[in-house]
Amino acid sequence: MTAALILSQVAVGDTLPTLAVDVTPTTVVLGALASRDWRPMHHDYKFATERNGVADIFLNTPNQAAWFERYVTDWTGPKGRLGRMTFRMKTSVFPGDRMVFSAVVTAVETDDVGCGWVSLDVSLTVGERVATTCAVRVAVPVGENDNPWRRRGDDWKV
Amino acid sequence: MAEDDGVPPEVAELIGVPQYAQTADFAVERSYTYNTCAATQNGNPIFWDDSVAETVTNGPIAPPTTLSLWMRPHFWQPGAAGEQVALKVHFDLKAAFDLPEAVMTDNTITFHEPVRPGDRISNQQVLKSISGPKTTKLGTGRFWVIDVEYHNQRDELVGVESYTGFGYRRDTEGARP
Repeated sequence: MTAALILSQVAVGDTLPTLAVDVTPTTVVLGALASRDWRPMHHDYKFATERNGVADIFLNTPNQAAWFERYVTDWTGPKGRLGRMTFRMKTSVFPGDRMVFSAVVTAVETDDVGCGWVSLDVSLTVGERVATTCAVRVAVPVGENDNPWRRRGDDWKV
Repeated sequence: MAEDDGVPPEVAELIGVPQYAQTADFAVERSYTYNTCAATQNGNPIFWDDSVAETVTNGPIAPPTTLSLWMRPHFWQPGAAGEQVALKVHFDLKAAFDLPEAVMTDNTITFHEPVRPGDRISNQQVLKSISGPKTTKLGTGRFWVIDVEYHNQRDELVGVESYTGFGYRRDTEGARP
């Protein structure tokens, strides 16, 4: 995890280090239960394959969000504060898949209340297949003494 | 708004109307922070080290992306009839259009005040739109968008989720959108 990323260290076009994770049935079930998602397609192979018509149990939406959070804040460090995430699941992620997270910086800005923002296009790919894309807007400190987590109310414009 | 293609009036009139305002069955607890971080191998010290949390986030917080889990019902609880489901509007639409399967395709989350252990979260669901019949590789059905607003016990906005769902019938079962 980065100690503390500062806005001035980031530029449009920068890429983040990739993160590769081998998905197992435990990955899927652990993530579903951690997010209190009891729906059977995330733990019941027969339900997933015979009812949903998919290849296996698959990662649920909230758990994918948590993976994206982990990936982005690994890069920003603990002062990185998520403002917005928009993700689109194109195909499912199954046990046996090796999911690879990658990202590129698409915007760097300071808003009118002085908060530093980085926009990222994050991809979760499996082999050549893009499984999920995620547009992230994350606040990072504009200086060593800044901390986006201190912002409240009108000073926090997501 | 719903497109003019077979959306029953009793469904169309629900667009824009807050539904299912509810308060969580249990207070925010740190065990789910640990479970979430373990499930994603997330070593962010604001979730593991109280001294870091005190310095950075003014005390422990829950991972922002756990927003929805605080409102997810227990799988079973005394007095509850049948399986308990979150995002009831989604399941209402599946039933209204007789679409047995559904997936979520798009999800936007905006994060506001941090959620902290001990918070009691409330939310309400708002149906924003319903598409006409669509056919994808999964089957034939409809897309819909549902917003969920989350507040804490001080009525501070902690987050908003916007879901796009696709309810469908597998084509081998015969489409009846």
